[in-house]
Formats: sequence, C-alpha cells, structure tokens
Amino acid sequence: MEEKDLSNPRMGVFICRCGINIGAYVNVPDLVEYAKQLANVVHAEHNLFTCSEEGISAIKRGIKEHNLNRVLVASCTPRTHEPLFRAACEEAGLNKYLFEFVNIRDQCSWVHMHEPEKATAKAKDLIRMGLAKARLLQPLAEIEMKVAPAALVIGGGVVGMEAALNLANQGFDVHLVEKESELGGLLRSINKLFPANKEAVKLFKPLGEEVMNHPKIKTHLSSEVKQVTGFIGNFNVTLDGKSEDNQVTVGTIVVAVGAEPLKPIGQYGYGKMANVITQLELEERMKKGEPVGQNLVMINCVGARVPERTYCSRICCMTAIKNAFLTKESNPKAKVWILHRDLMTYGVDFEDYYRKTMELGVRFIRYSLERPPEVVGEGKLERIKVYHELWRREIELPCDTLVLTTPLVPAEGNQNISRMLKVSLDEFGFLLEAHLKLRPVEFAMDGIYICGSARWPTDVTEGISQAYAAASKAAGPLRMGFVKAEAINAFVDEDECSGCGICEVLCSFQAIELQDRDGKRVSHVNEAVCKGCGTCGAACPSGAISMHHFTDEQILAQVQALFS
Amino acid sequence: MNKEDGRKSVLVIGGGIAGIQASLDLANMGFKVYLVEKSPSIGGRMAQLDKTFPTNDCAMCILAPKMIEANSHPNIELLTYSEVEEISGGIGKFRVRVKKKASFVDRSKCTGCGLCQEKCPWKVDSEFELGLGKRGVIYIPFAQAIPRVATIDKEHCVYLLKGKCRACEKVCSAKAIDFEQKDEHIELRVGAIIVASGLGLYDITSLTEYGYRKIKNVITAIEFERLTAASGPTMGELRRPSDGRTPENIAFVQCVGSRDFRNKAYCSSVCCMHATKEAMLAFEHHPGTKSTIFYMDMRAVGKRFQEYVARAKKEYDVTYVRGRPGRIEVDPENDNPIIWYEETISGRVMSFEAELVVLAQAMIPQITKEFADILGIELNEDGFVKVPDKLAQPLDTTKPGIFACGYVHSPRDIPDSVTQASGAAGRAAEEIASLGSRGGE
Repeated sequence: MEEKDLSNPRMGVFICRCGINIGAYVNVPDLVEYAKQLANVVHAEHNLFTCSEEGISAIKRGIKEHNLNRVLVASCTPRTHEPLFRAACEEAGLNKYLFEFVNIRDQCSWVHMHEPEKATAKAKDLIRMGLAKARLLQPLAEIEMKVAPAALVIGGGVVGMEAALNLANQGFDVHLVEKESELGGLLRSINKLFPANKEAVKLFKPLGEEVMNHPKIKTHLSSEVKQVTGFIGNFNVTLDGKSEDNQVTVGTIVVAVGAEPLKPIGQYGYGKMANVITQLELEERMKKGEPVGQNLVMINCVGARVPERTYCSRICCMTAIKNAFLTKESNPKAKVWILHRDLMTYGVDFEDYYRKTMELGVRFIRYSLERPPEVVGEGKLERIKVYHELWRREIELPCDTLVLTTPLVPAEGNQNISRMLKVSLDEFGFLLEAHLKLRPVEFAMDGIYICGSARWPTDVTEGISQAYAAASKAAGPLRMGFVKAEAINAFVDEDECSGCGICEVLCSFQAIELQDRDGKRVSHVNEAVCKGCGTCGAACPSGAISMHHFTDEQILAQVQALFS
Repeated sequence: MNKEDGRKSVLVIGGGIAGIQASLDLANMGFKVYLVEKSPSIGGRMAQLDKTFPTNDCAMCILAPKMIEANSHPNIELLTYSEVEEISGGIGKFRVRVKKKASFVDRSKCTGCGLCQEKCPWKVDSEFELGLGKRGVIYIPFAQAIPRVATIDKEHCVYLLKGKCRACEKVCSAKAIDFEQKDEHIELRVGAIIVASGLGLYDITSLTEYGYRKIKNVITAIEFERLTAASGPTMGELRRPSDGRTPENIAFVQCVGSRDFRNKAYCSSVCCMHATKEAMLAFEHHPGTKSTIFYMDMRAVGKRFQEYVARAKKEYDVTYVRGRPGRIEVDPENDNPIIWYEETISGRVMSFEAELVVLAQAMIPQITKEFADILGIELNEDGFVKVPDKLAQPLDTTKPGIFACGYVHSPRDIPDSVTQASGAAGRAAEEIASLGSRGGE
C-alpha cells in the first residue's frame, strides 16, 4: 500500500440516513453542511445507506477524488459496521485505522426520537468530536501470528466427541479431555433417544470407539483442564489427570461440557417418597428393564418456568413424551398421564411424535402454574390431584410412580471454565455466546467455541449440529495457519515506567509481564494477547501506558472539541 | 480444468442467512465457494424482517454486514439471479451446471444508481414488499441489495413483450442496459453441496374461515413485518389496509395452517416468537397499542424466549389467550375483524373485535420435488429435505456429499439456522478432507 502523506489532514465525512432510522429524526443534510465548515474537512456527503454497496463506493470514490487521508462515517454503530467501513478505506488505499466512527443512530436518532432538534444538535457535537480525534489518528498495523495446528475439546459427551472427530477427520491433532473415566457423558444414563427411539448406547458406544481409535485424537480421561494461558493460535493448556503429557499447545478450543438435570429435592415428595423419581431415574430403570407400575403420572416443568428459574429447558417435554410412549408401547395396559403446561413439541418430528403418543393412549392434562398438581399419600405417594382445565374440575389420578420432568441446569464446572477461559456466563450460569442471533457457537474471546447444553439445553440432534458448527469455526484458523491480532493495544513508555507491576496484576488477559531492561524492571505488553481494553492504561500511576488509537492526546482533543 | 479443483470448492444453494453463513465459514476455511441465489439479491427471508427476537436487533442491521462480507470475501463467488440446472457426479467431484439468467443489464457496468427503476414507466407489485409496495419493471429489489445492480423483469417489460419503450436505456449513463442479453450456462466442479434454499409461505387463501384476502384488515405476519420496517412501503408507519389508520387494538392468531391436519400437521416453530415480537413492535411504534395473541401452546423454547414473553406481558401490555379461533368475520360498519374462538379455560365461545388481525401463516420448505430430483436427494412427506439418520448425522441428506441447513431442513429460527449452516460447512469440510486422506477419487 502506498504511504499517504498524513501531515496535513484531509478529512471526508459520510453521514448515513439509514433509510428513516436516522433520517427521520436527525436533520442529516444539515449535518453535512455543518461538517463542511469544520477544519480540514474537504468533503462531506450523506447516503441513504452508507453500508450499501452504493455507500461503500461513495467512500472509496471520496478517498480517491479528494485525496482523503482521514475518513469519518456517522451512522448506526461500530459494533456491526466498523469492519465494513474500515475495509472500504483499506480497499481505497487508506490504512483502516485512519477511519473514525461516529454513532448517530444508537446515540442520537434512537434515544432522542421525540426531540429531533436536540438529536441533531447532539449529532453535530459527536461529529465535531469525532473529527477532532480523526485529525490525530495514526496508521497502525495488525500482527500476523502462526496457529498451532491442533485443537482442544473439553467434554467427552456425544457433542464433544463429534466435534473432536470432525476436527480430527480434517487432519488436525485433537486433545479430548473428559473428567469421567469413560466417554459418553449424560447419554450413559439415558435409555433411548427421540425421535427415532434409538438406544443411546448405540450412539455413544461406537462414537467412543471411533474416538479412542482415531490416530489424530488423544483422549485424556479422568482429566480436567487446570490452566489455560495464551491466545488464539497458541493456547498453552495444562491438564490435571492421569495422562502423562499434561502440557499441550493448541490453536483453538471447543467447549462441550454439557449440563445436568435438576434434582428436585423437596418438590412433590421427591427425596421423601420412594415412588417419586425424575425422568433420568426413570430412564435408568427402563434401561435395566425394571417395572415402573401400572399407573404412571408425569409432571412437567418441575423447577422450570417458575419465578426462581424462569427459563424453558427445551428438551424436557419431548423427554417426558418419549418415556410415556415407550412405557405405553411396552405395556399397553399401563395408564400414563402427562401433566404439562405449554407443550414444546416444535417442528415436524416432535409434533408427529406427540400425536402418535396421544394415539397410543397416553393422556395429556394441562395444568397452570397457579394451580399446580398435588400429591396425596403418607410415606408413599398414592394419588395425584390435579385441576383439569378442560373439564373445569379437580380430578384424582391413581399413581404407582410419579415422574418429575426437570430442566437441565448449568454444570457446576461452568464457573471454572468461565474463569479459566475468560468467557462469560449468562444470568442462569450457562456459558454466554458472542451474539445470541448470529454468533451462537462462538465466544466473545477469539479462538474459543461453544456447543451443546453448556450454552443452552439442547437435544442430541441439535447438539451434534452445534458440534459440527463449533468444529467448523475452530477449523478456520487451523486451516489458514495464521490469525491477525488487533492493532489497538497497549504500549508502554519504558522511560516513564516505574516497574510497580500494578498493570501486570490487573490485566485480565495475562498480556503484561515485568521484564528486565538494562537492569531496570519495566512492564512489557504481549501485543498478540492484549485486547486493548485499557484497564492498564487507566491504572498506571506513572502515566506510562497508552492505548494505540485511544491516546490521551486523541481523547483530550475530543473533550476539548465538545466544550469548544 | 484441474482434476483437483473440485475438492477445494463447495456449492451453496440459497443466499439467505443460512447460505451466507455456510459460505462464510467455508470461505474462512479456505474453500472456494459458489453461492447460487435465484433472485437478484442475496439476503433471503431475513432481509424482509423488521426486527428479530429475542434481542429486537434490526434484522437488516445485523444481516447487511454479513451480506457485504459474503460479497467482498475473496473466496466467495456470488452467482445471483442464477439457478442450478443439472448436477452429475458425486462427492469430491460434482459437476454442476448453473444458468445465469438474462437480466438484460450488464451487471459489471451497472452502478446501482437506481435512476432506471425510478424512470421506468411501468410499475408492478414488489415481491420483496409482498405486493404492499410497487417496483419498476427494471428494479433493484431493496435498498441494501447485494449486489446492487438492476434487473429487468422480462415477464413485464413492455419493450421485451411489445417492442416499444427502452426508457431505462435512455436514462442509463453507464450504458449497462443490454436487451440482447441471453441466459448463460456455466459449469462448476465442486467437492460438496450445501442446500440452504430456505422457507416459503403456505398459501392460506383456501383457509376461508380466517378471511385472508377477503377481509381487508386481516394480514399475515410477514406483511406486518414490512409495515413496521423502516424501509417498508409505509416507511415504518403501521397503518391498517382499510383506511390507513394506526390500529390501537391488534389481534394475533397463531397456527394458521400449522398444527392442522387439513393443511400442515407440523408446528412451524417460529410463529409464537414472531407474534410476540410483532406485538412489542406495534407498542413501540405507537405506545399504548393493545395486542392480544390467540395461541395453542406458547412455544418459547429458545435462549431467553420465556423472559421475552414475560417482558411482552409486563412492559408491552400483551395478553395471551389460549384458544384456537374458528372463524373471523368483519363488522361492515368499521371494517374491524371479529374473531370467534373458544376460550379453553372457561370453555365458552366468545368473540373479540380487533382493528387489525395478524395471521401466523404456516411456513413451508422452499424446494420442489423437481429440484430435489436434480440434486438427487429425497424429501420427506412434508417436503423438507429428508435426513436418513437424524441422530448421528443430522445435516446429511440421502446423497453423500450433499448437506442441508436452515428452514429447508426443518422448521427453525435464525440462530438455529445459522448454527446448522456452520455445521453443514463443517461436515462438507470433513467429508472432503476424508476423501483426501483415503487417497480416493
């Protein structure tokens, strides 16, 4: 790329109307006229959608025609659109760090929808501030780093195994870590799987064998991940377990640690009455062929969709229906009732399965949270009382075994995973994806991916699809062999650094360490690991740490512009 | 062409969010991707949506960056306004014939300025706006279309039909109009194929009890999306069809054609949530709007969905009524639809007058038997792509090397479609790599 002369700022301003998202509330033509009067602005225009191909060409054209060396776009949000505009600058020969984003949708038109004049005035302030910073922007370069051609998969259930096999079959070395002494996870306790009623063992056993025999997969059983340092392309993983090689280096990590069914202690007599069990305990009995009685009642949403645990665990309705179907199929004389709230048999197969189960004679009775079923019996449960919504009266059901359908809850280990990998948990304790809608199998942390019920309760079919998805993401950097690191990072003025070490302690990415420089202790930033969060810069008592692209000079210029 | 080439390439059919995501993942793994889309732009169904549940992100705002990324990715070749005509061979060595349909515009010359569509004297119903808005016969389907080029609709072009007009040619300063353009056929060699052709809308006009197309103020959910979308025909002003008034009392009727033996027995899976979202949007557009949702089971099964429904009740005054409406009539005085339904809790037959009714129209897989035959894959009874082993290989079709994702695979929402798309990309990569390691064909 040819070097641009930056000494004399020539700034271009592109203001997006975003259809009516901005244009209807902020006077965009007025903003353009305003921007044109500001120092060093040589071009300003507005676009219907700056992110459309037309808008992107306008930026590129502007850079060429007006020999721009700084570009400012005022539009929606950098969260979704900064990469796009940066790329446009780059394609037109301008270093992408000479681009500045001003957010006039989220921060002006949306929040001040009912005060268009004030929204416009605020947009002017923001543009003026953005330009004050843009004048001082400097080109930066991203660092390219090599990627270790291996992956770590945490969790040896079917989801983890599928992810491991996918990566291994693509030719990468995989370390699969399972805390138990054998593979299979929760499926080891399951009888059969919906919708095909296939025995769970027929799925996880052959998979386990394939994993154990795969030349590219090293399985670490009875092992846990003890420590992870490093970053995408180069994670150093310490394992704690029987395995002799407990130190591995991998390029990417897939998390598939699963979830656990809730034990509903104290609910509907569970823990007190022997004939009150969970669906998981029913599965174990069915697997062993133990009798479950002639009258079976199931209660759904036990501990789910209640004030203390508001979520729906997605898979439990089908679990109950499957077990009801199998019970009735093996013993047509048995009576089976499912007491449920909304019935979550979404899609084609589940709805079909539900219908077949009804046809087989399983009775479905809807109850509401306001009038939950009641158990009758001393020491041993005898009957269930339930208000039948359609009959509009309370009925009593004979009951040999009461089966409670409980949600999946986050695995205990999630806290540890979260701490170790620096990934977040959601409000329930499940692992939090980067974006619920469009990045469901990625973490915000680069190079680490998520699949299965550790993220959200998921059935086997969906879990395996997620495993492939996480593996496909994890394979990207491994296949390319390199990744690029953010150029917006911290840098240390070693002359100013007193070597106090505060930054080293505070850095949540382990990117800083103290090093010797000619007998003096100074702080050193590993640029590949630094995320540019700025914590160290804010804390440094000597003012020795600055952030590229967010220097004190640049920020002060913005502040001055605001109050000028 | 080098015999090896096919191994490093994948064909993706369908340019909606699933096809785009699969293409991006494959491209990021180093594969050459051909993304074939039959309409003039990628974006698919998601591009038509206003916002998306449960985050209420504006659909276009999160989709557009992906569309542009797909367009500018060095490993992706977009083949829009194109159709797959013929496929032969198998995994690792598929030969695919693609028809690039004549658009009568030189797509390399067109700047997308839009002047032609403005000056075109003939207007027809816009497919993108579901007929709620018009477009020129030469047109760019929507503001953020990718690629942004004009297409002449030959079914309606007066010059192509009657030999007179050429108005577009006169205004095109790029000299991009080419009435001599013919369909072009190209041949590709790919190692694997991903089918992501998305969803269609079930024709509910035969379900006469709901009054769709007979009662003016009975519309479908996707039409509602266009009426609240900022880029839609009303610029985001929600107005009811009969008199253009802003409705303050809206009813949503769920399972129209879904969970219905006479029509589609399956659950379309996304309607509970889009109705909830649309009720919220109506309130946001016009605070105080009262929405009532008539449902059978509220299937809020995804991450944060229950909390979303709770928020709709609490903050947006949405009422959920359990009951399946049997008939919708109209009050001729004020054009208000009247819903007759059995309220299941009390067991009484009741009526409900609304100013606007929004029907949750059943959704269907967008793939024909003929096209499945071209691909050599089977469909199931409901017309979705048949998956022989759902448990062990949930994204594999009946033909090795062909994978499916998104709504054509089974009814599912955007996050699930995106997940499957990445998954299908992973499966394609795995299968192609396995061929290599076996040293096979």
